[in-house]
Amino acid sequence: MSTQVPEQTEEESSADTESQSQSAAQQARMEKKRDRAAQRDQQREAEEAEREFSEDGTYLLKVFRYDPEIAGKQEPRFDEFHVPYHTGMTVLDALMYARDEYDSSLTFRHSCRQAVCGSDALFVNGRQRLGCKTQLSDLEEPVRIEPLPHQEVVKDLVVDMEHFYDQMHAVEPYFQTNDLPEGEQLQSRENREKIKMSTRCIWCGACMSSCNIAAGDNKYLGPAAINKAYRFTMDEREGEDMKEHRMKIMEQEHGVWRCQTQFSCTEVCPKDIPLTEHIQELKREAVKNNLKFW
Amino acid sequence: MSQSYNRGLIEDFGRWKEFSAGMWAWIFHKFTGWVLVGYLFTHIAVLSTALTGAAAYTETIQTLESLLVVRILEVGLLAVAVFHILNGLRLLLVDLGVGLHAQDKSFYASLALTGAIVVASVPTFLAGVF
Repeated sequence: MSTQVPEQTEEESSADTESQSQSAAQQARMEKKRDRAAQRDQQREAEEAEREFSEDGTYLLKVFRYDPEIAGKQEPRFDEFHVPYHTGMTVLDALMYARDEYDSSLTFRHSCRQAVCGSDALFVNGRQRLGCKTQLSDLEEPVRIEPLPHQEVVKDLVVDMEHFYDQMHAVEPYFQTNDLPEGEQLQSRENREKIKMSTRCIWCGACMSSCNIAAGDNKYLGPAAINKAYRFTMDEREGEDMKEHRMKIMEQEHGVWRCQTQFSCTEVCPKDIPLTEHIQELKREAVKNNLKFW
Repeated sequence: MSQSYNRGLIEDFGRWKEFSAGMWAWIFHKFTGWVLVGYLFTHIAVLSTALTGAAAYTETIQTLESLLVVRILEVGLLAVAVFHILNGLRLLLVDLGVGLHAQDKSFYASLALTGAIVVASVPTFLAGVF
């Protein structure tokens, strides 16, 4: 189902590059490296063979089902699917197989299948993950697939993202400046480096779903929105007055101060954004702005 | 749009087996914080017996300290206070942005240190009560 990466032959990369003129030490190192590679290959093959035989080649999925529009399906339940496994199969691949082969009414969101669109954030084995980025082989059986917690379920694995999007829009997630630029607005390398991780957000909503505080306080902006605000607040090209404007949004009662550093969001983020770190930095920024000794 | 289904509280604390280090640290910090607030009231109640005279205070303290339950509760109080202090230091570092990538390790460290200190204190707290 997923796009297959063509397998490269190992000879291309390592073996041919060696030449006779290399020192003995280098040759010894290469020898060791080859040994290690062989060992790794052996281990992997053994693991794969074991999996193939012990589980007769299928993975058991337990998928949350709920459909408010059909009388018999209004009570939530778990459906079981035995999906034939192939190497490199992701949770999304398995779900697509189940939908295509077993039950066409199984509903879930997906689009790009490569962790870019942020459509298929799911609650897999007790953790928010992207279906397309999660290998079945990394999970314990049975694989329990549920819709994101703390969001209302519309049908099966589809949750209502409206509130999440509202919070994202509340922080004005777009570049704005009051200075009229003369030509291109170049960013310094250091500044780019600073906001690099925060630009990776794909709006999947995994962080918001994992956040215990966001679950209890509906007005809390949530990690994704604050990270978005961080991305623009820390962007030097917006200018000081815009930064002040952004900090005003962040300092509100349901802004950065609601974060209680549980690190849940940082742990589930499929793009490895250090969300808690960004929230903490905005907190310090807010303190610096408001602390006056006079 | 059709009415959607709300899964309720089971999503939160019903999933305690799936909590990560940061979440446990938060729960323990809240819990120990409330225990310490509660202790403050009993602390004031005991101390205020001194208002009626030195003898009353001495007698209250002696009676309390002769009870095994009180001694065990004292060990518990130490455990709670030590964890709250250590995790508080951890949170201070988190607020300062120091070592955020090692926040789980610092939580385990504060747990281990709390355990060690509490175990070491047991002989002192339970001496003479039996």
